Amino acid sequence: MSGEPLLSIKGLKVHFPTSSGGLFGATRPLKAVDGVDFDVFPGETLGIVGESGSGKSTIGRAVLQLIKPTAGTVAWLGTNIAGFTRAQMKSRRREMQIVFQDPLASLNPRMTAGDIIAEPLDTFEPQIKADERKARVQEMMAKVGLLPQMINRYPHEFSGGQNQRIGIARAMILKPKLIVADEPVSSLDVSIRAQIINLLADLQKEMGVALIFISHDLAVVRHVSHRVLVLYLGKVMEIAESQVLLSRPRHPYTQALLSAAPVPDPEVERGKKRLLIEGDLPSPLDPPSGCVFRTRCPKAQAQCAQDIPALEPRGGASDHLVACLFPD
Amino acid sequence: MASITGAAAPPREIQGRSLWQDARRRLFANKAAVTSMVILAIVAFLSVVMPFVWPHQFDQVYIDRISCPPPDYLGMTAIFGSQADACPSAVGQGHIFGTDANGRDLFIRVMHGGRVSLSIGVTATFVALLIGVLYGATAGFLGGRIDNYMMRFVDVLYALPYIFFVIILVVVFGRNYILMFIAIGAVEWLTMARIVRGQTLSIRRREFIEAAEAAGVSNWGIIRRHILPNVVGPVIVYVTLTVPAVILAESFLSFLGLGVQEPATSWGVLISDGKDQMESYPWMLIFPAAFMVVTLFCFNFIGDGLRDALDPKDR
Amino acid sequence: MTSVLAVKDLAVSFATPEGAVAAVDGVSFSVEKGECVGIVGESGSGKSQTFMAVMGLLATNGKATGSIKFQDQELVGMKIDKLNKIRGSKMCMIFQDPMTSLTPHLKISRQLTEVLVLHKGMSERDARAKAVQMLDRVKIPDAKRRLDQYPHEFSGGMRQRVMIAMALICEPQLLIADEPSTALDVTVQAQILELMQELRSQGDMSIVMITHDLGVVAGLCNRVMVMYAGAFCETAGVDDIFHDPQHPYARGLVGSIPRLDRPGEARLTAIRGQPPNLQHLPMGCTFQERCDFVFERCIAERPALSTFAPERAKACHLKGFDKEGKVVR
Repeated sequence: MSGEPLLSIKGLKVHFPTSSGGLFGATRPLKAVDGVDFDVFPGETLGIVGESGSGKSTIGRAVLQLIKPTAGTVAWLGTNIAGFTRAQMKSRRREMQIVFQDPLASLNPRMTAGDIIAEPLDTFEPQIKADERKARVQEMMAKVGLLPQMINRYPHEFSGGQNQRIGIARAMILKPKLIVADEPVSSLDVSIRAQIINLLADLQKEMGVALIFISHDLAVVRHVSHRVLVLYLGKVMEIAESQVLLSRPRHPYTQALLSAAPVPDPEVERGKKRLLIEGDLPSPLDPPSGCVFRTRCPKAQAQCAQDIPALEPRGGASDHLVACLFPD
Repeated sequence: MASITGAAAPPREIQGRSLWQDARRRLFANKAAVTSMVILAIVAFLSVVMPFVWPHQFDQVYIDRISCPPPDYLGMTAIFGSQADACPSAVGQGHIFGTDANGRDLFIRVMHGGRVSLSIGVTATFVALLIGVLYGATAGFLGGRIDNYMMRFVDVLYALPYIFFVIILVVVFGRNYILMFIAIGAVEWLTMARIVRGQTLSIRRREFIEAAEAAGVSNWGIIRRHILPNVVGPVIVYVTLTVPAVILAESFLSFLGLGVQEPATSWGVLISDGKDQMESYPWMLIFPAAFMVVTLFCFNFIGDGLRDALDPKDR
Repeated sequence: MTSVLAVKDLAVSFATPEGAVAAVDGVSFSVEKGECVGIVGESGSGKSQTFMAVMGLLATNGKATGSIKFQDQELVGMKIDKLNKIRGSKMCMIFQDPMTSLTPHLKISRQLTEVLVLHKGMSERDARAKAVQMLDRVKIPDAKRRLDQYPHEFSGGMRQRVMIAMALICEPQLLIADEPSTALDVTVQAQILELMQELRSQGDMSIVMITHDLGVVAGLCNRVMVMYAGAFCETAGVDDIFHDPQHPYARGLVGSIPRLDRPGEARLTAIRGQPPNLQHLPMGCTFQERCDFVFERCIAERPALSTFAPERAKACHLKGFDKEGKVVR
């Protein structure tokens, strides 16, 4: 990727205060995101993959300032928008949008599909006439594969996949430069997932929008993304181009993720030797010292408990960054 | 895909069925609720209209017709005794519920009592609704520390024994119609505020609020377009359940002698008076009690019907 | 030899305010001793309700008709106390969310030993020893100590292991697993699948794996049944389903999954349209509106599940698909 990044994240931290119990218990931070750097370039798809508790959704919301970052910079076209007020953010909002995981929950049940899709339009272009508003909504509906005559229907009258199309239409109607897609297919049926994945790819090609595609499913992320970022306990483990990440993963966690994902092919599955990692994700309230992955890492050594590995180009290519003291 | 379905479907716009329309359909399919609405409408209509057209006034005393049973043609002489025997002067005067111990027409007094009870019920509920929704929505929307302080204040008011509160008010200001509203409204809005706050909090966490924020919608826009329409359902249900609670509270206060003052009356006062005469003149208790019980049942059935109709869980 | 489970013409319908909904529409199948059957389908396909009916766990507005024979005993219409002797000891089910299936205020030890004391009349001591042995078997480290902990002290993956231990403790002949790994993280899911695989190779227990994830089925099962709109559309051995699916829906499912082992695939072959509304199923094939090969007969007549090759059956009017994936009418 070359040229100026659309979005440049440096040292992003999001800590949530939690009380440790007891009436006068001191609060200690839950480090949901703890020092993350990455760039997003115009028109590309950056995949963020991680398990629950890795902070992947928090990153998406911090980018859009729906959650205020604790530290770090979020540079949008060169301007740091971290800590912007609501009013300051408003003008940026038309350039960055979000698509949510649960399509039904992300749509107001009392509003028609047309009103939901038009909401960003009502906010940013309140002066447009009713018939133009309707025309633009219907044009968008056709683009995302909804019948334009369904404009007056309510979310509960659509299926899950159609509701996700409504959510995508709402995000796309102002032709934003960036869309954060937070697990957009996880709650959909298998046969619908492919439709939505293809739709996002088509819209990206047509409108040139950049995507941050957040998911726990490495296969889906790999399929849609140009570059993939692997997240663990609020820290970046590895970033690389998606082909490179798949064929030459350097971080033990990436390798474990790749090996854990079940492949829909009985021959491959039978022949596969699983690289199982033990145990569960540690609590983000009390992350391990040194490398956060060391408690489950098959290659952990004494040094891993002391030194925090930096995210460095370790993979041959300059954009293949790995945070591991002993990468393969 | 659009081409295939597009060819089959007419290009005419399809009208959606909103959740409100769904709820209305379900409500009208509920026989108990519909019957209750009809009965309630009749009771309310009678209470409002009868005092204008009935030949007797609610405070008109007929000295020669004290404690007269209902007319014989009602066919209840076995319980009430014969009007012709006990009170020949009342025969043919249209005292269809008989008269009370002061010789006043009981029917019109029940109607008048209904007026008072229903109006207290509706007005106090409206007051509670107004304060409760504003207070609860503010607390729920602002959240954090302000929410905490506001709700602790509600807790403090909850802890005050309200009978005590009413007695103090009555002692200080004397028995007064308006006091009833203040006393009852002061208690009922607390629950309303809690319900609205809880709803607001849970809706605020829903993703479509986040989506609206991401779309740059203002705070006021979020409250108006996204929060209020989704709070209305539970509030309506609670309102229909508050009205009977208020009527009951008023009756209770009147029963204790703290309520409406003679010659004005309410169902509570009538029942209170009736219970003293229960053994010798049972109609003085039976008629007002029947009206009140039927009304309360109706409100509760409507409330249940609304809850079933509005509850999204059964879909 | 008789099958562990033999289901014939099972139909499940639910009474709703909008009328009866047929969730399962006359399915017949059997599960043999020691085999692992995968039931694949989307939400609303009836895959879970089929086995809820087998377990006698349908919601109160649900009704099952047909015949369900567990080791030659008819379960449909069986008295509840007799059914209770079978389920929970000879036939067990584990669910997607382990937290809701464990009682939060009882120690794991109580929940594990209760079945043994109740069903098998074991002494408290023996039951405890057995429970520790079981936790060891599902690879819960430090089993002796963890036995006296409460469910909330276990992580999601560990809780699912406890659930599996609970299901296995009476050594059932049939284990029904309903999306056991769906709620778990990828790395933890791999651990649970590994465990299931081990269990499968250890004894002659039969396993039914209900899932929407074809990847899970591929590694574990020897036979797969694909469900759509309340009926089976294709049943076959696991290799055939993945390499030579003959029903258009099964083909679509296999083609619509992004794969890690095939880089460079540009586009997924999506199945168009939406799953049908069970209340308004078309007269003919339930898949007709989404099928690329639909013809007159599909609209007029619903295809029955019929055997077309040894151990293979499909419910489709098409002849099939050849090796290149071309349709044969």
